[in-house]
Amino acid sequence: MTVKIRLTSQVILPLLGAACVLVLWAIVSAAVAPDLPSPIRTWQESRRYVLEPFFKDGEMNQGMGRLAFYSLVRVGKGFALALAIGTPIGFLLGLSRPFHQSFDPIVQFMRPISPLAWLPLGLVIFQKSEPAAIFTIALCAMWPTVINTAVGVRSISQEYLNVGRVLKLSRLKMLTRIIIPATLPYVFTGYRLSLGLAWLVIVASEMLTGTPGVGGFLWQEYNSLVYSHIILSVLTIGAIGFLLDRLMGLVEARVRAN
Amino acid sequence: MAYLEVRGLRKAYATRRGRTAVLGGVDLTLDEGEFVAVVGYSGSGKTTLVSLIGGLIAPDAGDVQLDGVPVTEPGPERGIVFQQYSLLPWLSVRDNVALAVDAVNPGMAAAERRRMTDEFIALVNLTPAAWKRPRELSGGMRQRVADARGLAMRPKLLLMDEPFSALDALTRATLQDELLKIWGQRRSTVILITNDVDEAILLADRIYPMTPGPDAVLGPAIEVGLPRPRQRRHMSLEPAYQKARQALVEFLRACR
Repeated sequence: MTVKIRLTSQVILPLLGAACVLVLWAIVSAAVAPDLPSPIRTWQESRRYVLEPFFKDGEMNQGMGRLAFYSLVRVGKGFALALAIGTPIGFLLGLSRPFHQSFDPIVQFMRPISPLAWLPLGLVIFQKSEPAAIFTIALCAMWPTVINTAVGVRSISQEYLNVGRVLKLSRLKMLTRIIIPATLPYVFTGYRLSLGLAWLVIVASEMLTGTPGVGGFLWQEYNSLVYSHIILSVLTIGAIGFLLDRLMGLVEARVRAN
Repeated sequence: MAYLEVRGLRKAYATRRGRTAVLGGVDLTLDEGEFVAVVGYSGSGKTTLVSLIGGLIAPDAGDVQLDGVPVTEPGPERGIVFQQYSLLPWLSVRDNVALAVDAVNPGMAAAERRRMTDEFIALVNLTPAAWKRPRELSGGMRQRVADARGLAMRPKLLLMDEPFSALDALTRATLQDELLKIWGQRRSTVILITNDVDEAILLADRIYPMTPGPDAVLGPAIEVGLPRPRQRRHMSLEPAYQKARQALVEFLRACR
């Protein structure tokens, strides 16, 4: 009984939803936008990129696996940088009132700035596209980590702090034994949201810098009028983003369970 | 001067509807090695009293002196067994206790501290569960960890804030008996906060009834004349038990 219900809710209905979107896509390409490739044409023109994911004919003509790998490495670097900067800032914001009063307005100010705005600045600073892309990813992705960490520190239960006070723990022990472990679930929620943002930014940064990767490929194929490959790139970006979120979700659940 | 002197403690909290005066001048004295219970209705300010003696909050008036030293901040010489256990969920039973042992014995060799930690865990019969996390434990076992942590501070005064109130009756009785036994061996100085009259009589040498707030105060102390070691089974038949119980219940009823 329960197995049957799960088959319906987790397999049949999601497939039905996907089928609806495919039909809609076919109708739009047939009736409304003739330049938009149909689902079948998209598959025919993309199959090599999917079925031979690691071929390489040139810098910008490679299998999806290779392109995705470049993008993932870039996102990984930017994400790591975002965590390395964002986590301590978050702890400082949560722990120190003067620090909070000094820097919280700046955080709130910088948070809504789009990656498109940071990238040219990154190019000016670094003169090269690769570090500029990583700079942009880090700068856009770090805010959820900063904010969640700060909120986590401020919502530590007074009962845990009281244990530390009664034991007269040193500042270091208070931090390592109580404050950091109590904040960890919030920190990892921040990490998950940051990773989502980092992946969101990759396309914009690769488009503008023209570096090889899924986003760079997308932009190049638009310029070469191979529209089916735009759709291929979009689907790849979506699939990887989904997998990344699931992966971080698992990590987060593990941390929360402890 | 007594070992613990509590004089004229007052505490009020600011709320949205103005000030709520919780304690209205609490006096209490305690000798070394004495087990005293404070019994009162829920919400009468018992936890506030623990927090004040523990130094977690500052009084509006009055003072607390332990062994001649005024209390101004929290410290492990006034160990607290918190009402909601307050175990650190990310640490094992062992690490929760070790945190206290390590904090109060900074100069001790690591091996000696480990041995001491094991000893306190064994004292509360938790050796088989030493590596479990608090969430894997029953309420009674969590209470034992909290007790072990409080004892591991080797405090001059152990404050126990309604330690057994969240437990079912059978577990509560078991833990009361265990505490009675441990106290019999160690003769720590204890203040037990409770709303259970029988628990207070079973465990304490002396009982202070607390009037319901606002402006709660302690009534005159009632001596429990029961000889030690005490046995739960025969206790209710003893005249000394009935006398203490009657005095306590009458006071609490009268001030209601």
